[in-house]
Amino acid sequence: MSYQGKKNIPKITSDRLLIKGGRIVNDDQSFHADIYMEDGLIKQIGDNLIVPGGVKTIEANGKMVIPGGIDIHTHFQMPYRGTTTVDDFAQGSKAALAGGTTMIVDHVIPEPGSSLLEAYDQWRQWADEKACCDYSLHVDVTHWDDSVKQELDNLIKEKGVNSFQVYMAYKDYYQMSNSELYEVFTFLAERGGIAQIHAENGEIIAKEQGRMLQMGITGPEGHVLSRPEELEAEAVFRAVTIASQTNCPLYVTRVMSKSAADIISQARKKGNVVFGEPITASLGTDGTHYWSKNWAKAASFVTSPPLSPDPTTPDYLNTLLASGDLSVTGSAHCTFSVAQKAIGKDDFTQIPEGVNGVEERMVLIWDKAVTTGKMDENMFVAVTSTNAAKILNLYPRKGRIAVGSDADLVIWDTDAVRTITAKTHNSAAEYNVFEGMELRGAPLVVICQGKIVLEDGNLHVTCGVGRFIPCPPFPDFAYKRIKARKQLAVLRAVPRGMYDGPVSEFSMSRGGTPSASARTSPTKQPVRNLHQSGFSLAGPPTPEDAPIRPPGRRIVVPPGGRSNITSLS
Amino acid sequence: MSDCRRQWNREDELPVYLAGPITTGPNQRKSFGMFSSVEGAFDSKTIDFDNYAVGRKGSRTPRSGSRERVLETGDPVGKTPGEAADGSRRSPSGEADDARSGVEVRFTSEKESPNEKGEKLLIKGGRVVNDDQSFYADVYVEDGIIKQVGENLAVPGGVKVIEANGRMIIPGGIDVNTCLMKSYLGTQPVDDFLQGTKAALAGGTTMIMDHVTPQPGDSLLEAFERWQEAADKKACCDYSLHVDIPQWNENVKDELELLAQDKGINSFQLYMAYKDLYQMTDAQLYEAFSFLKQLGAVVLVHAENGDLIAQEQRKILEMGITGPEGHPLSRPEELEAEAVFRAITLGNRVNCPVYITKVMSKSAADTITQARRKGSVVFGEPITASLATDGSHYWSKNWAKAAAYVTSPPLSPDPTTPDHLHTLLACGDLQVVGSAHCAYSTSQKAIGKEDFTLIPEGTNGVEERMGFVWDKAVAMGKMDENQFVAVTSTNAAKIFNLYPRKGRIAAGSDADIVIWDPDSVKTITAKLQQSAAEYNIFEGLECRGGPALVMSQGRIVYEGGKLQAQQGTGRFLPRKPFPDYAYQRVKCRNQVKSKQGVTRGIYDGPVYDVAPTPKYITPAPSAKTSPTSHQPPPIRNLHQSNFSLSGAQIDDNIPRRSGHRIVAPPGGRSNITSLG
Repeated sequence: MSYQGKKNIPKITSDRLLIKGGRIVNDDQSFHADIYMEDGLIKQIGDNLIVPGGVKTIEANGKMVIPGGIDIHTHFQMPYRGTTTVDDFAQGSKAALAGGTTMIVDHVIPEPGSSLLEAYDQWRQWADEKACCDYSLHVDVTHWDDSVKQELDNLIKEKGVNSFQVYMAYKDYYQMSNSELYEVFTFLAERGGIAQIHAENGEIIAKEQGRMLQMGITGPEGHVLSRPEELEAEAVFRAVTIASQTNCPLYVTRVMSKSAADIISQARKKGNVVFGEPITASLGTDGTHYWSKNWAKAASFVTSPPLSPDPTTPDYLNTLLASGDLSVTGSAHCTFSVAQKAIGKDDFTQIPEGVNGVEERMVLIWDKAVTTGKMDENMFVAVTSTNAAKILNLYPRKGRIAVGSDADLVIWDTDAVRTITAKTHNSAAEYNVFEGMELRGAPLVVICQGKIVLEDGNLHVTCGVGRFIPCPPFPDFAYKRIKARKQLAVLRAVPRGMYDGPVSEFSMSRGGTPSASARTSPTKQPVRNLHQSGFSLAGPPTPEDAPIRPPGRRIVVPPGGRSNITSLS
Repeated sequence: MSDCRRQWNREDELPVYLAGPITTGPNQRKSFGMFSSVEGAFDSKTIDFDNYAVGRKGSRTPRSGSRERVLETGDPVGKTPGEAADGSRRSPSGEADDARSGVEVRFTSEKESPNEKGEKLLIKGGRVVNDDQSFYADVYVEDGIIKQVGENLAVPGGVKVIEANGRMIIPGGIDVNTCLMKSYLGTQPVDDFLQGTKAALAGGTTMIMDHVTPQPGDSLLEAFERWQEAADKKACCDYSLHVDIPQWNENVKDELELLAQDKGINSFQLYMAYKDLYQMTDAQLYEAFSFLKQLGAVVLVHAENGDLIAQEQRKILEMGITGPEGHPLSRPEELEAEAVFRAITLGNRVNCPVYITKVMSKSAADTITQARRKGSVVFGEPITASLATDGSHYWSKNWAKAAAYVTSPPLSPDPTTPDHLHTLLACGDLQVVGSAHCAYSTSQKAIGKEDFTLIPEGTNGVEERMGFVWDKAVAMGKMDENQFVAVTSTNAAKIFNLYPRKGRIAAGSDADIVIWDPDSVKTITAKLQQSAAEYNIFEGLECRGGPALVMSQGRIVYEGGKLQAQQGTGRFLPRKPFPDYAYQRVKCRNQVKSKQGVTRGIYDGPVYDVAPTPKYITPAPSAKTSPTSHQPPPIRNLHQSNFSLSGAQIDDNIPRRSGHRIVAPPGGRSNITSLG
């Protein structure tokens, strides 16, 4: 891309780096090799590399060198009712880098009714000013009409966005009806976009919330009580159904519960193109904390879908992640201060939703999945980085250590142990949902755009160096199967003679009641002239130009004439 | 006995190959391809066009002489015992003539008139099969009630004795789903309550439950009364009614209350399909579920995703597909599975029993199975059509044939579906079998000849229901006879609170009894059916097992292939709410599930100032709560606090779990805003 931060290049050209003696871990294999980087790109990989003089050398001492993590789901600097999340792009990307994540993908959330493009530009501006690492953007589609279609088209073709989130929750606000979802999915499938879905049944949530409040439950526990996990599972199931109808790749953001994850893995077993994204919080902690007596603590766990109160959930999600049924991990990092959370101190429905997790994401997966023996190191790379790059169509530029790829990599220390606490984390939030957890594994050195940003426990970041990475449409990872199916799934009509028997009389205009005429789509003329028939025994049948008849199909006008098609045999 | 004679005449007309026991191959359906000839295809089957002249609806096709056998309310009292016995002995038609099927009727006293009020009947030497056990016993029936079951019964004289000869005596079938008056664009199904219940009796079904289907805007109560009136006049067997709720509003609530409490209706159907007509949103469904639960009703759900169907229909019409194949193409089975899943979710949330009508596909059935494994109170009802045939026929070149299969949800094109559904039925994951009998004539179906979305939906099946379950499940070894009784009769009676009056052979139960002949074989054909539809979707299928004798309300109504139904004898059976079978668990869970808030101190730390009103007016997250809930005003006076360590607490009105420690320790509360 020509426009991506040309100004930034001089800053990083000076960095020539050699990593010696490391073990390169990609998603497919691990091998010992040295890596030489120049101009923010990986130039050479191999043993005994010939490198120019004056190169800074890092001794990896046999430690793992992995592609930098890609956090596919963040909400930095997200506006919420006049305030913004406490982690802006600077603070957030700093936390990301500290955790070994070298690229983030943020969600653009336009207010319903406002322009998607304007919101996109706004986010670009914020991020370009402040981001310390490369970033991409998802755009959330918060309402649906023809102007949105135009903007989506523009975003896909010109602006480098290929993934769009739609909501099945937040009734009367972001929520879309099934028909709208169908249209969005159809549209995205044609344009090569990925449909991301916030899957929760908003209608039932609204009812349940009302019921909870009436029962006098106003604290954060009402949040999880009004959003039980089956509402998530139900919505996932529905989204999968719609996506499969429209032949559109589906990406379920924030898989928080066992049952939702199960639905995804079942759908994948049936062959649906579905990706599931558990987040740091659902992989690392559970929803029992909603019942904490400490309001501030309970409120800090509020996110949607909520963390499941079932304490075996994290383990289960890690297992599915290891088996490949869930594909990528995000953090859904969206931090509010306690005072901001306290907007909902008397009504849990008003609590701003979001948890931290961008910094802890990689470490947590290492601790919960790899050190427990569920997952190998290659799978670890796949779920933290490579799969995300593939879905975003950035592979192999990101998500792989290979010649020509971006020099975003991490030297991973498998033995480090540290305790998560809000006192030492890089986020600005006062509270950390993983407080007190002891986690093995940590990034030792983080290299972003060919520059060392973390070394010896010291973080050196520069605000504004982050480049926007445009994502081209039709990622192969999702669309190869979709394209093949599109060709197969052509529906065909049965060529049969016109029914020429008697037709019972029926009243189409029975009063103003919306009788069965409403069953047809509104665009269709309800009453046809039943006497008008294009049927003739001789000559070519009328629908010759109609595309429905496949070539090579026998035209059924036998020489002896058609058999009487009204016979009842 | 004119009726008898007509039956005779009819049989005389039959082609030779139907007059004797059928010995042809196992599967008679040969109608694939347009040039293949089908036996009997050229016999008087062509539609008599004169009778279809537009406008003369209601005139039934005189397809053959037998077609006009509309039963006179014929006074069977005049029948002499001799004639009745005669009939049974001589009935040489098809399966019923050889000695093994010999269910014999004789009288201890020749003077007794058989069909008088207060008829006394003794079924001797049969094997009584209930859903839990089978045992040899005689059954004594008086006044339409089973009076005694056992051996060596002491019975009064003048009792008509039926020799069962060791055959199975089963409770009469209950067809939980028929639509005999479901009008479509002003036309009525060709099978009304008379024709439909006759077909039911001929198939061993002694009770039907019909759907009252008011149009949106109609009064449910009026519709119910219309149905009841029609059924009281015409029905030949006992019946009950489900009421469909076409839309949700306040008026409906009052009517529902009345129906449930005074009219004896405990089951109501809701629709997730038929967009802009019957379809309800999730929020409406939630309200309806909650309300019906309070009434103690069983919620029947037509589960299909109507929004997606509307989209798909449009797409398919645009592609130029207008024939019946567009029907299954626009309603793929996952839309059914999705809706089933959603309905179950709603049911779980509201803690309300859910009953899925018309389970047509494997995936829908699997969804129900999984939900039951997780403990949901959900029942599934496959129908005759989904159990016996599949949706490959939608692609038939014969439009009339293809259209005959149109029903919603559609039959699955997957030919392994019936087998799968039978397996689930046998293992108890699906509970009851309906027929969804809703027969339209070909000319009625032809309303949609150029647009499949207009084809009236409905298939036949009330007559074939029990036979096919026997043939496909019991005869195949999937199911035992007790489970057969359970799925065809007992479970239905339990779910709808008619048990043990119906659905069981026991002293005190209604004398709706079938003597089942597991060996009879017949080939289904529209020529021999009771239904008035010209087309039978099971045409040519061979079916083992059938009723040898059917008794309804203590009267023999079907014997040796002859129907002696009496119009208007059917009674309406009111049903009480809160059937135990569905509601026992629900009640328990109600008590266990009551949710409680956490008692914690009031948060007294800093609160971020929410941007004042102008910004707030946009439908910001306040809209996240439901509009009906009583929300606190958006901005509270943050300095106003009811918090005090002693005395009344703000949450005093919340019922506390007894034994719950009140968290106000003497040393005062710890600082709850600390971040530890």
